[in-house]
Amino acid sequence: MGALFRSEEVCLVQLFLQSGSAYNCVSELGELGLVEFRDLNTQVNSFQRKFISEVRRCEEMETTFAFLEQEIGRSLWPPLIGPLPVPSPAPFAPQPRELMAIEEESERLAWELREVSRNRDSLRSQLTLLSQYRGVLIQTHPLTASQAPPPPQSLETAALMDHRQDTRLCFVAGVVHPWKVPVFERLLWRACRGYIIVDFREMEQRLEVPETGEKVHWMVFLISFWGDQIGQKVKKICDCFHTHTFAYPEHTAEREEILIGLQNRIMDITTVLSQTEGYLQQLLARCVVALPRWKVSVAKCKAVQTVLNLCSPSVTDKCLIAEAWCPARKLLLLQSALIEGTRKSGSMVDSFYNRLPSPGSPPTLFTTNSFTSAFQSLVEAYGVAAYREINPAVFTIVTFPFLFAVMFGDVGHGLLMALAALWMIRQDTPKNIRSSNELWRLFYEGRFLILLMGLFSIYTGAIYNECFSKGLSLFPSGWHLQPMNWSDETLRGNQFLTLDPSVSGVFLGPYPFGIDPMWHLANNHLSFLNSYKMKMSVITGVLHMTFGVCLSFFNYSHRGQWSSVFLVLLPELLFLQSLFGYLLVLVVLKWLLFGPAASDTAPSILVHFINMFLMADSKDNTPLFSGQGQQHPLVTDTSSINTLHGDLERGEREEDEEVIEKFDAAEVFMEQAIHTIEFCLGCISNTASYLRLWALSLAHAQLSDVLWVMVMRISLSWQGMLGSVVLAVVFSLFALLTVSILLVMEGLSAFLHALRLHWVEFQHKFYSGTGYKLNPFSFSSIIDSL
Amino acid sequence: MVYHSFALPLICFTTLWGLVGGVAPFFVPKGPNRGVIITSLILTAVCCYLFWLIAILAQVNPLFGPQLKNETVWYLRYFWE
Repeated sequence: MGALFRSEEVCLVQLFLQSGSAYNCVSELGELGLVEFRDLNTQVNSFQRKFISEVRRCEEMETTFAFLEQEIGRSLWPPLIGPLPVPSPAPFAPQPRELMAIEEESERLAWELREVSRNRDSLRSQLTLLSQYRGVLIQTHPLTASQAPPPPQSLETAALMDHRQDTRLCFVAGVVHPWKVPVFERLLWRACRGYIIVDFREMEQRLEVPETGEKVHWMVFLISFWGDQIGQKVKKICDCFHTHTFAYPEHTAEREEILIGLQNRIMDITTVLSQTEGYLQQLLARCVVALPRWKVSVAKCKAVQTVLNLCSPSVTDKCLIAEAWCPARKLLLLQSALIEGTRKSGSMVDSFYNRLPSPGSPPTLFTTNSFTSAFQSLVEAYGVAAYREINPAVFTIVTFPFLFAVMFGDVGHGLLMALAALWMIRQDTPKNIRSSNELWRLFYEGRFLILLMGLFSIYTGAIYNECFSKGLSLFPSGWHLQPMNWSDETLRGNQFLTLDPSVSGVFLGPYPFGIDPMWHLANNHLSFLNSYKMKMSVITGVLHMTFGVCLSFFNYSHRGQWSSVFLVLLPELLFLQSLFGYLLVLVVLKWLLFGPAASDTAPSILVHFINMFLMADSKDNTPLFSGQGQQHPLVTDTSSINTLHGDLERGEREEDEEVIEKFDAAEVFMEQAIHTIEFCLGCISNTASYLRLWALSLAHAQLSDVLWVMVMRISLSWQGMLGSVVLAVVFSLFALLTVSILLVMEGLSAFLHALRLHWVEFQHKFYSGTGYKLNPFSFSSIIDSL
Repeated sequence: MVYHSFALPLICFTTLWGLVGGVAPFFVPKGPNRGVIITSLILTAVCCYLFWLIAILAQVNPLFGPQLKNETVWYLRYFWE
């Protein structure tokens, strides 16, 4: 059958790697992604392993790279769109010389970047300070220039001012953050009580706040005061509010001089700053070019060193011994990889491998392509297959979309889904494969699954005769109205009229493909459809479960457990068939044998079934076939006896096989009894669980019907020119609701229920899912995660 | 007055799905995916045939008929027949 039916054969190999060529051999194996290394040094602390210093070195380099990347993100102009590009072709794991070169260069770059950044930041803050000073001088110029001379000393003021040391007018000028202005002003007024004059002017230019880096309009303030004590108070308050105060000379000429000096200095600093920026951008550009290759190389080196840490040194310390899981059909490839590694390192002595017997269960490996990987991941979300167990993913390729389609059946919706999937399949660019949007990746990886679901939905929709909730009349209907001979008075008198199939000519044969379109127009369509869909669900369920039970035969035969075939599989099958297979037979017989002529006396299958269990008999329930009364006890007895028998025999057989080891006979019997009860009750509940196929298809049909009647039909019955505008608007609403509710919501719901049916009802019959995956040492997975 | 036979669609669809499930597997080219493709073809044929068969068996002997509104009856009498 190939790779997907059962997991591949995996064997344990022991690799003898010569010390000189160990690094190259492991890196060759990493490029191929072939084997999974086992840890041979579990008792050793991670700090005491042999190659820990190399790993540390790689980690330090990675910290440097992280710093470089951070700087690129912070300062590169124009900024990078998206993450750093992946280098192609990817570089190989570096030899020791190359690694040292990378280390030196990256550290030098990092040091230079740090220096330049520091310089730039200090230049920037200087520039800000100078600009603020200049702003202060410019803004306060009109204030002081138009100042009135101090008032002439009069008798009252002279007395007051005698108490002060000096009566000279002093200034404090500076800038304050604009948000602090009201509080600042209020505090100044309260503290100094009118002995100061404060003026606020907003600066024209936006300058940055040193701590946060955002640009604000600083407020220039000029405080004029008399007296020394006031001066102290004002200075303290200014310090408290983190203002920048500048020396403010009294005379205009001095201020002019300072202003000119400031302008020159600002020009100088701006030039130096732009040169620094230019150099910084150069460095960053170098980083952008070199960084991707370095990251990949160092990641590969670190991975190889980590793997070498897992190996144990041989007694003579000349070679390393490694244990790995390798797929049996790739052993030759392993050999050639070892030879290649030896050749690259220039060593004379070959490395070789040796096959070991596997302790315990090997890991499972499935080779999937882009089509089958979606289905394999569906199964693995439940549990990874045990080694060499039947893989349900092969069957899930068809049964999952089919069960989905039974619940979703609608031609129009299926068509939309299939078209969306086809569009996704066409989007085969690497950007989409490696996209960082998780939701898109989820849908993209399931594109073939969605395509199959859409195609099957078109088929089941055609059979349900639903297309956006309307019926398609491909063939003429099998129901005819003329033979009923209704007169016009009958029509006017009764609102509802029922077609009677027992009148000749009314029903002329079943519709050849699907459900008759006449049922769509009927009021009692649910009575017919419910009966049809319920029976369809039970039939599908019983057949699906029988298939699952039969698959366990392959598991038993592979492991040689022939006793289980007779003692577990056959009783299970017999039980299932004698109860539910019999039910299926009754359903089909009723469909074939009882027609409109006998509709009064048609038997009720449910009552028959219940009576079979209660071993009772209802007099007025016609038997489906002659001798049914005698068959019932036989069927019930068969089913109950054979399960008990199977249970006892299995317990006995287990006892015989394990008589050497100590065990508890009662425990084995108990286990088997529990398994039997679980299976029997499980059969009944699982069969009933398949009725969700009916429930969801009913919900879908009703939802799309409601959407049509309440949304689209209103717009289609609108007349005139206004109707066309209304139609356009209402159609967009209809389309939006169809996609969001019917496609997305119902689709997810049907997906979930189909998944549950597979996981619980189908897989539980034969699948244990207790294995673990082979996780090969591969560089591609490391590079993807960068 | 179109009489739908039961036998003709039965023969048609049985042969169709029989071809898909029984004959097409022999024409699948050899390759690593041959087993998967054959399994898928057989399962598709079985599932689709069964689904169609259940639909037609449920309608071959109806026990009751559709109940229509009088307006629908009037419309159908003049447009469908």
